[in-house]
Amino acid sequence: MRLRINPITETPAVKFTLLGIGLLYIALFLVLPVVAVFNEALRKGFGAYFVAISDPIALSAIKLTFITAAIAVPANLIFGVAASWAVAKFDFRGKSFLITLIDLPFSVSPVVSGLVYVLLFGAQGLVGPWLQAHDIQIVFAVPGIVLATIFVTFPFVARELIPLMQEQGTEEEEAARSLGADGWQTFFRVTLPNIKWGLLYGVLLCNARAMGEFGAVSVVSGKIRGLTNTMPLHVEILYNEYNMVAAFAVASLLASLALVTLVAKGLLEWRYGHELGVART
Amino acid sequence: MVIEVRNVDKNFDTFKALNNLNLKIERGELVALLGPSGSGKTTLLRIISGLEFASAGSIFFDGQDAGTRHVGERRVGFVFQHYALFRHMTVFENVAFGLRVVPRARRLSNTDIKKRVLSLLSLVQLDRLSERYPTQLSGGQRQRVALARALAIEPLVLLLDEPFGALDAKVRKELRRWLRRLHDEMGLTSIFVTHDQEEALELADRVVVMNKGKIEQIGTPEEVYDQPATPFVYEFLGNVNRIDCTINDGKVHLWGVQVIAETQDGGKCPSGTVPGFAYIRPHDIDFVEKGTEHAVPAIVRHVAAAGPTARIEIQIEGIPNFIEADLSRKRYLELGYKIGQNVFVSARAARVFPASAAE
Repeated sequence: MRLRINPITETPAVKFTLLGIGLLYIALFLVLPVVAVFNEALRKGFGAYFVAISDPIALSAIKLTFITAAIAVPANLIFGVAASWAVAKFDFRGKSFLITLIDLPFSVSPVVSGLVYVLLFGAQGLVGPWLQAHDIQIVFAVPGIVLATIFVTFPFVARELIPLMQEQGTEEEEAARSLGADGWQTFFRVTLPNIKWGLLYGVLLCNARAMGEFGAVSVVSGKIRGLTNTMPLHVEILYNEYNMVAAFAVASLLASLALVTLVAKGLLEWRYGHELGVART
Repeated sequence: MVIEVRNVDKNFDTFKALNNLNLKIERGELVALLGPSGSGKTTLLRIISGLEFASAGSIFFDGQDAGTRHVGERRVGFVFQHYALFRHMTVFENVAFGLRVVPRARRLSNTDIKKRVLSLLSLVQLDRLSERYPTQLSGGQRQRVALARALAIEPLVLLLDEPFGALDAKVRKELRRWLRRLHDEMGLTSIFVTHDQEEALELADRVVVMNKGKIEQIGTPEEVYDQPATPFVYEFLGNVNRIDCTINDGKVHLWGVQVIAETQDGGKCPSGTVPGFAYIRPHDIDFVEKGTEHAVPAIVRHVAAAGPTARIEIQIEGIPNFIEADLSRKRYLELGYKIGQNVFVSARAARVFPASAAE
């Protein structure tokens, strides 16, 4: 009965080969490095691991990373929603230009982004002298790190939401308006519930990048230990000092944060999978 | 609610979607806006609703200028072409939406909202599905949820954009009848947009035929079908044969013989011999005996006899285009025409326009 075979089904041999290649690839390039990080971090036992991550300098790097993410992520969340709302629901001049601008941080090397801030706010920069006169420190301080992080993670939320909102169109919003809802009611009761999964995904990506950003932050940070070092920068310094256990211990923390994020996303999808299905169709 | 559209223009950039439109809709009327896509019918509906604003002109609700009033303040129930149900809400919550967004001071209590929603759901026969999500409903059910949702705010005007467009033929017929009853029972003033002439003629009290941003004709279904005002209305409403002819001082020569035909605006018809064209409905083509006055010879080219009327395509000698003729089933069986048979036909009634009237 050869005719009964589904025309797009492959033979078992082909299926297993494809699956095998996929799994091998994931193991080699994703699982192995993560395992290596944890393995290296725990090479001298848990004691050394905890000493490394409870070091005051390490703790200050962790704190700074959290502060940076805590400012950059909400900032880009608000901007991302506003920008996608504007792009997806309205027609205006310069719309495609705005979309291009939103993509800019993806196309520019992070190092260049960092340098731009130094050029703007540094001692020899455009507004540097004015800032100095008013005793405001941006570059080589926390504000610079936050600014550079915001710039680099700028597109994540908007990129995630624009196609989603464009696909959803404006009919539901119009329906809400015709039923008497005002602008905010329409946004909170209709638009936001429709985009919440895309938004969550964008925020998770944005957060992961905000915590992990190296290039741009490394240019503006000045790498003052205990003051302007974020976790990725701290890892690099420890590594350059051949302090492998400490370097990998902090690196494993970063990796854990990423894993926690993924697990959180998985849990949410599992818990609200039904609504997710509804929202996606 | 009496709705008046006065001198309304709508431009999208350089495109004129509506061109100086005037229309008055009486209280309790069910009016169809009928036209091909791009005729501006949906734009007009959206302007009446307040979802869109006119570039010039104004809309009056019961004599009051509604131009400054926002869609939410006009008390219009708008049913969208693709229903626009809130996909993350259950059927119940969809219908309750309009009641929940009312400012707290005027809002009904939760018990009253529940009561109202359930009574609306039973009105649209969906009480059993109140906890479903829109994606779990059929097209006809979604349509009824959209209607219940629009009715929840107790609108004075019901506006429907292609309400039956996405439904299959059987559901469409049922919903049509149901909508007509609902409209009459609730005493609404309703306007619906459609490109389906059958739907407009069957459902509406009056039909507004639109083309290229202008109104071609306003009238009852009988008026627009029996006395189309323009060539466009003739071609858009129902099947029609368009046949070239000559007009000689008001007398019409069709297929080489003079026929009795009504010319459009006889007075305006240019004197002398001018080219023109005649519209003849398929049921106005008569099969006659040889030698009858005005009869012309023709050949049967095609027969489609399934259904209550038989459609016969005939070819007049010397004219390349086929002409459609309708016969009742009884008469068709009596005559028993076969393909290739020679017959004689005449036009029972025709409407003639000078060629200069063509668009």
